[in-house]
Amino acid sequence: MRWLLLKDLQILRRSPLQLALLVIYPIAIALLVGFALTRGPEQSTVALYNAMPAGSTLGFGGEELNGDEIKKQLCDRVDCIEADSTDQASDLVESGEATAAVVVPEDLGDKIASLASLNPQRPEIEVIVNGSSAVENEIVDDRIEAMLAEANQLIAQRLAEGAREYLDLILDGGEFSLLGQDISVLGLKNSEKVLTEVRQKVNDPADRAKLDQAIRFASLATDNLDLAGPILTAISEPVVANKTEVGDEAPSLDTFAIAVTAAFALMFVTVLLVAGSLALEKEENAFTRLTAGLVSRGQILAGKVGLGTIVGLAVVVILLAGLSVFVSIQWSRAPVWLLSSLLGAAAFAAVGAALGAATREVRAATLAAVMICLPFALLSLIPDDAVGPAIETVISVVTAAFPFRPALDALTGGLELSGPSVWLPMVHLLILVAVYSGFARIALRRF
Amino acid sequence: MADGTSRKALSANGIVKRFGEREALRGIGFEAHPGEVVAVIGPNGAGKTTLLTILAGIAEPDAGAVETSGGGVGWVPQQAALYRRLTVSENLLLFARLQGHDDPAARVEQMLELTGLGVRRDDQVGSLSGGNQQRINIAIGLMANPSVLLLDEPSVGLDPAQRARLWQFILGLVADGTAVVFSTHDIQEAERYAERIFVVADGGGVFNGTATELRDAVGSANGSDFDLETSFLAFLKKEGH
Repeated sequence: MRWLLLKDLQILRRSPLQLALLVIYPIAIALLVGFALTRGPEQSTVALYNAMPAGSTLGFGGEELNGDEIKKQLCDRVDCIEADSTDQASDLVESGEATAAVVVPEDLGDKIASLASLNPQRPEIEVIVNGSSAVENEIVDDRIEAMLAEANQLIAQRLAEGAREYLDLILDGGEFSLLGQDISVLGLKNSEKVLTEVRQKVNDPADRAKLDQAIRFASLATDNLDLAGPILTAISEPVVANKTEVGDEAPSLDTFAIAVTAAFALMFVTVLLVAGSLALEKEENAFTRLTAGLVSRGQILAGKVGLGTIVGLAVVVILLAGLSVFVSIQWSRAPVWLLSSLLGAAAFAAVGAALGAATREVRAATLAAVMICLPFALLSLIPDDAVGPAIETVISVVTAAFPFRPALDALTGGLELSGPSVWLPMVHLLILVAVYSGFARIALRRF
Repeated sequence: MADGTSRKALSANGIVKRFGEREALRGIGFEAHPGEVVAVIGPNGAGKTTLLTILAGIAEPDAGAVETSGGGVGWVPQQAALYRRLTVSENLLLFARLQGHDDPAARVEQMLELTGLGVRRDDQVGSLSGGNQQRINIAIGLMANPSVLLLDEPSVGLDPAQRARLWQFILGLVADGTAVVFSTHDIQEAERYAERIFVVADGGGVFNGTATELRDAVGSANGSDFDLETSFLAFLKKEGH
């Protein structure tokens, strides 16, 4: 069998394109994924036109933003281009220089301030988007919505604080400025105290009864308005999320991305190589000669699975070495992820052997490999909770029949301690090696 | 040429092979002697290749038995069974190793000398002409020093010059005592190189003898002066095939 393996490696070495692909493919994938993992998301460009008069501010309740601060609030989230008019902002969007434009109207500050008055007006800003890019529109929409949600929450908090100050004034009394004049407010608590003192000096029972009514009202109003403050605070942020994580700690997104990348590379390289290599034995007419007393069909099969396992493992090692330039790979766990890769490669090689034996033609084997591998891999990436229980069961059964999911789980667990357990996926992969090798052996009878 | 004795390099009796309901070979008996060249001819689908693969031990018969003198059988398939990306010497070395030779490298040298392709030893097989590929193909069939060499349509796709060189090479083996059995559609080739002709039709062995005997079998009334191909066709017609 070693001579068959040596022969396959010699043939591989003689195929410069195939060999180059086997080396360049994992390196290129590592570079792409590495850049993607280490670079933050690109910021969208947004045109900003602030029509508020120079020097005017936005806000109330003690905290105010001027024009520069408004710009800073927005431009922390997106790249900004300043526009001088609504029309210019619109032109920038239409020409593609900006993905969207935000127009702050001149009366926005007044309208926000009016929220704390007896005649509140609804503040509005104008958002202009370019309809030609659905994806970018969605991203800009999300960012502007997030920004507005943050601003609205801030305003609600300031409104609640302002209302609480008025309530405190009504309850406790104090100084209040109206139209430039300071007014002294007695407050309900002081009113109750004053009325109680006056009541003691009043002898007429009818007058005392009226005073008792006024004192009771002041007392009730004080007690009830004391509750209004906390309620106002609560409605400014009605629900607060306290996140509690249960179950096993999930692996990091980076680790999952690396494992997905490695599993895809392992799958395509190994399945295509083994399927093509076995079909080539038939196309080159060598299979009949080999099996004419020289080697058994089982030995040929073992040689092909061995070839796929060795090459697949090498591809994963090259890929992870390339990725380690960009992201941290736990080399201390190398024995675990190497074993995961080895078993994954063996399972994919067995799938490739079954396809190659069934198709008996290199082109047909290649086409079948792509058409079968891709749907299984994509199905394996659907999260369990993303579909209903019935479909989840179907997907679980279907993906369990193919090595991608167990290989992905084994690689994720192998790369990070907090990942899924590696042992069950490894046993799963071993079973798949046996099953697909069995299929391949049956197909080789009629090869 | 054949040693003229009754010693057999290969014999087969009552060979039956079925593919589903179809009976491809119907109780064929066959033999070849050391230093003898036997041509197996017959119409398309008659069962020539099936017979040769059973004689080579590649396919199992459903009934009957094949016996060899002990020197083994070398098999040369119709299409060159070679790895096109490997060089001439790498192909030979692979099969020498798989055959378990004590000194594979020495055996490769012998085969290169036999085929006269020593100067092309480092060339990839894919870059060789069809004739040279067939020489390597035959060399691999000969590598185990078989007493019988079975060739399935060895000269298909070769030009006359390549065909002549190929037969010069094969007849050299025959001179050394190797029994050669080959299938062909080329009746002239069978007449020119074979001492004996074995005709297969509809899965049965319908003639076993020399070219002259085949002509005689159709009789002078049917034109025994005709060329062998005409006599062969007349024979098949006479036999109801």
